[in-house]
Amino acid sequence: MDRRNFTGKMSLVIMAGILGTDIVFGHSLPKDYLPLGLQDTDPFKLFKKDRQMVILNDKPWNIEAKAHLLNDKITPNEFMFIRNNGKIPQKIDAANWTLTIDGESVREKKIYSLKDLKTKFQQYTYQLTLECGGNGRSEFNPPAKGNQWTVGAVSCANWTGIRLRDMLNDIGYKSDAVYIGYHAADTHLSGDPTKEPISRGVPISKALQEETLLAFQMNGEDIPLAHGYPLRLVCGGWPASASGKWINRLSIRNEVHDGAKMGGSSYRVPCETVAPGAKVENSSMCIIESMPVKSLITTPKSGALIKMGNTLHIEGHAWAGELTVSKMEYSIDFGSTWQKCTLEKPINRLAWQHFKTSISFPKKGYYEVWARATDQNGKSQPMVLPGWNPKGYLNNACHRIAIKVV
Amino acid sequence: MKNNFEDQVKALSRTLLLFLFLLVFLIGGLFYFKMYPEKLHSKKETFKEIVDVDTEIENGIHIETGFVADEGMEVTIQNCTNCHSAKLVTQNRMSKEGWKATIKWMQETQNLWDLGSNEDLIVSYLAKNYAPVAKGRRQNLEDIEWYELE
Repeated sequence: MDRRNFTGKMSLVIMAGILGTDIVFGHSLPKDYLPLGLQDTDPFKLFKKDRQMVILNDKPWNIEAKAHLLNDKITPNEFMFIRNNGKIPQKIDAANWTLTIDGESVREKKIYSLKDLKTKFQQYTYQLTLECGGNGRSEFNPPAKGNQWTVGAVSCANWTGIRLRDMLNDIGYKSDAVYIGYHAADTHLSGDPTKEPISRGVPISKALQEETLLAFQMNGEDIPLAHGYPLRLVCGGWPASASGKWINRLSIRNEVHDGAKMGGSSYRVPCETVAPGAKVENSSMCIIESMPVKSLITTPKSGALIKMGNTLHIEGHAWAGELTVSKMEYSIDFGSTWQKCTLEKPINRLAWQHFKTSISFPKKGYYEVWARATDQNGKSQPMVLPGWNPKGYLNNACHRIAIKVV
Repeated sequence: MKNNFEDQVKALSRTLLLFLFLLVFLIGGLFYFKMYPEKLHSKKETFKEIVDVDTEIENGIHIETGFVADEGMEVTIQNCTNCHSAKLVTQNRMSKEGWKATIKWMQETQNLWDLGSNEDLIVSYLAKNYAPVAKGRRQNLEDIEWYELE
């Protein structure tokens, strides 16, 4: 839908003096807000995404990037993956948005307006890596159920907001607090208003980290609707599902939060590793916390033909959940030998790190450039699929691109 | 004099009625275009609606949903695309047991209804057309679009 075109035509009608603008445009829509009830089926326009992005699912919307689209050091909206469990809220009234704080461990239930949050607390900006727990799911064997993400469900944008801990300290919580659970304005696919599509959270220790934000800006602008406008949690380095979008309630829990997608096989993996395809009891599943070490070659795009004698410049990003990446290597001989890449330090904790290098090839032929990151504890990315799990989470197998030297 | 006055009243009420009608029409139109803004500038869309795409099959694929055309497809579309996109089904690969377990999970947690006698047909259709393929521990890089890099 071309809203400018639409409004342009509307104003012609209005100019005829028949009606005031108030009735038609009385919703005072925010700048980039497209009423989804009126959406046409072009999601690229609707969500302002690049047309090379891949739509995995249109109900609910799930869209991923390709490796070469993620070359920016700071991920812009147009290349940021969209992951939804339910329906994106239809009506957002940011002017009257509130956040209710409740739960067993809150000292006293309190309601903050969005304006309170923005004015009462100091604001911080961090660049934070958000990766879907199921990024890479498509490679698991036997296949795992769900959206078949390949490599593009990861982003690292600048997020601006207040520290969750500042708000928690302001409201006060009891010493038995163990978990924060979010509730949000998205709606269940079945249309059942009593069901939440997703209500996850993080342990209190993660909630108290200085980079854990209640964010209202992404890359210096209002958060785009699909990414949680007007308020979301951002818990960098953890499965992105912990970073709830459109949040309107936070519960300070005295037990592990038990909202939708906290139990069963959702965002959980076998506590002890299992053989591929094994049946795992719910009681033997553990919640995913920090994401594992991983990297992505974002330049060049896979499939480059280069002339013999030319060097190949590669670059990309590496991240390691709560940890930092201490070493970045590449191989052009299927993992037989590894060479180091130049690796930058993260701009702040929980931000991805950039690597680059130049590669010379000994002779003509088909090559694969493999990338392998190692975290500060010495753990490296595996070259084959890591431990199988029922829902196909945490695939951090090394990224590969194809090159032909001709 | 009296006739003249009555005529004038009649003329005036006719005019008022006409204006009222016009106003209702315009407001109606405004709301219509507000709800369906694409109607303002898309002839293609209108054309598309006339063509019955519901049963259109091309190369064995149901155009609208992307489902493989086979026995059980219709009932699968009817029962499996109300809440979520067909894409969520077609991108997955499961055994008969896997599809059954997924249906059970949706019934227990996601408000899926009892599929009754259709369940066997749906599960057979899915298990036949969306069965897992052994991929091993790492696949070859596929679908590479080669291009010259300067």
